[in-house]
Amino acid sequence: MPRSLVTLVAVSKAYGRTIAVNKVSLEVGEGEFVTLLGPSGSGKTTTLMLIAGFEQPTSGEILVRGESVVTRPPEKRDIGMVFQSYALFPHMTVFENVAFPLKTRRVAGPDVAKRVGEVLAAVRMAGLGARYPRQLSGGQQQRVALARALVYRPSLLLMDEPLGALDKKLREEMQSEIKTLQRELGITTIYVTHDQQEALALSDRIAIMNGGDVIQVGSPLALYERPATDFVAGFLGDVNFVEGVAAVVSGELVRVQVGDGPEVLTLGGPPLAPGKRVRMTIRPERLKIESTTPAGPNAWRGRVREVVFHGELVRYGVEVPSSVALRVTRPFRGPDTLFAVGQEIWLTSRPEDWRLFA
Amino acid sequence: MRARSTWGQALVLVGPALLLLVAIYLYPLARLLVLSLAGGADGALGLGAYRRFLESSVYLGVLLRTIRISLVVTAVCLVLAYPVSYVLSRAGSLTLRVIMVFVLLPLWTSILVRTYAWMVLLQANGVLNNFLRRLHVIDEPLRLMYNEAGVVIGMAQVLLPFAILPVFASLRNIDPRLHAAARVMGAGPWRRFRSVTLPLSLPGVAAAGLLVFVQALGFFIIPALLGGSRVITLAMVIETQVVDLLDWSLASSMAMVLLVVTVLLVVGFDRLLGLDKVWV
Repeated sequence: MPRSLVTLVAVSKAYGRTIAVNKVSLEVGEGEFVTLLGPSGSGKTTTLMLIAGFEQPTSGEILVRGESVVTRPPEKRDIGMVFQSYALFPHMTVFENVAFPLKTRRVAGPDVAKRVGEVLAAVRMAGLGARYPRQLSGGQQQRVALARALVYRPSLLLMDEPLGALDKKLREEMQSEIKTLQRELGITTIYVTHDQQEALALSDRIAIMNGGDVIQVGSPLALYERPATDFVAGFLGDVNFVEGVAAVVSGELVRVQVGDGPEVLTLGGPPLAPGKRVRMTIRPERLKIESTTPAGPNAWRGRVREVVFHGELVRYGVEVPSSVALRVTRPFRGPDTLFAVGQEIWLTSRPEDWRLFA
Repeated sequence: MRARSTWGQALVLVGPALLLLVAIYLYPLARLLVLSLAGGADGALGLGAYRRFLESSVYLGVLLRTIRISLVVTAVCLVLAYPVSYVLSRAGSLTLRVIMVFVLLPLWTSILVRTYAWMVLLQANGVLNNFLRRLHVIDEPLRLMYNEAGVVIGMAQVLLPFAILPVFASLRNIDPRLHAAARVMGAGPWRRFRSVTLPLSLPGVAAAGLLVFVQALGFFIIPALLGGSRVITLAMVIETQVVDLLDWSLASSMAMVLLVVTVLLVVGFDRLLGLDKVWV
């Protein structure tokens, strides 16, 4: 990891008896894009507000380049921030909005015009400086908010669900633009979202939060592939949960009995004794449907209950013995590859695609 | 089809209020207009009454004084209202309720009672002067009554709620995230007020000013009691014309001129700021 810019050391925030943020420790390196991901009420926005200085931690330490900033007000923290509702000044033009942080920093007039022009061009809003925010579309307002947060080259950019108000297509467009811009400018970014797809697409690292705790921190790939808890597994991407009893443990491999039906052969996670109840997960895209009897372990007889066509992929609902329902996602490879509702099929999976949680 | 039924619905909804307004407002106003034009010696229609009003330097002076007092009252109200509204807009719900009761209290008591109360407070031997004399702040009693100062004090107190409420509403409507945004961009308290709070509350200030000014133009009881014979306003002249001199046509023409001044102001305000923006 690059040199650390922001460090949270056991930061807690309580409102009366409610603990919004619970001993959160996190390091964000220079130039890194870190996302705080979690459901609403998980403490992610409060954590961001603590970093911005709008809230004071009840305990713990917030360091920027090794220096405590806890007592420093937001206006002295050299932070750029994009709010969920953009928070553009309605009585100022686009130009005046973007020029505002330069004016507070007493940047000279000609410099202001030059820098506002540059940053508006960077967010593809050149030529719209004379418009008022109400004359812009949601996406354009978003770009202006971004330009306003970047124009004074703050050392840290905070974004609080900035794409929440946009429709899906525009959101995906803006995601790639934000990512490109962030990488070009090399600006350290802390991003808050509840949208796991967005977190996966944008982040260098993701901190998953729930109930005020940071559950796991890691790269999108690491979190997706090696979730520390079943919460992480379920929150990041789609997942099937299956419960069973560990039957045989032999070295790395664990054989789990699911009800009185199928057995699952998995790679073990935590140390287990036979007879222990376990929870397992597998991603829908790691399950495979076959029409002929397959070879190898984890081959289950099942029946297709539901077929939902999504274009580039197809989602199946499959029932296997013991009434276990599983979701299966397969890429769409032509009409003759589709399975039909009611069709008897085989379901297979590789042991290494299962995750085991005690 | 759809449009017609919407219009029908609108008519049903607006109808009762419209009828009432026509009956108690528009019809008398029309009669007033006719009266003001019937001022000729032989009772013929003409602009005689208006001429008598606008060519008399005494009456014109009264009109100008009325406008001047209204402007001063408006200014005093706005200056007093802004800080109160500002505190109100940032208050918690309990503080808000308490302050709001005090703001609205003047509206719950009779204007006559309040004006007599002011007389008790402001006269030469009144509460205020005696208090200041006892503290040796003054030797001679301050002249706070039977002059424009007294009228302004009395009117400003009565009209203050009408200034506070619109300003409060506009301050309350400012998205707090705008302050957060300004803060994070490095703006200190003074710059946040100057560049965000103040400009965004101006429509409310303008609405408050209009509301106070228009009402002040027509005030009668307070100038009559606190101003006495030295501070004559247009409403007092109209009363004299109607009650003592029975020159209804002159009185009507004065009322019409006051109405036209008011309407011009409202229209001008609408052109400048847009009345539709005021209450959002």
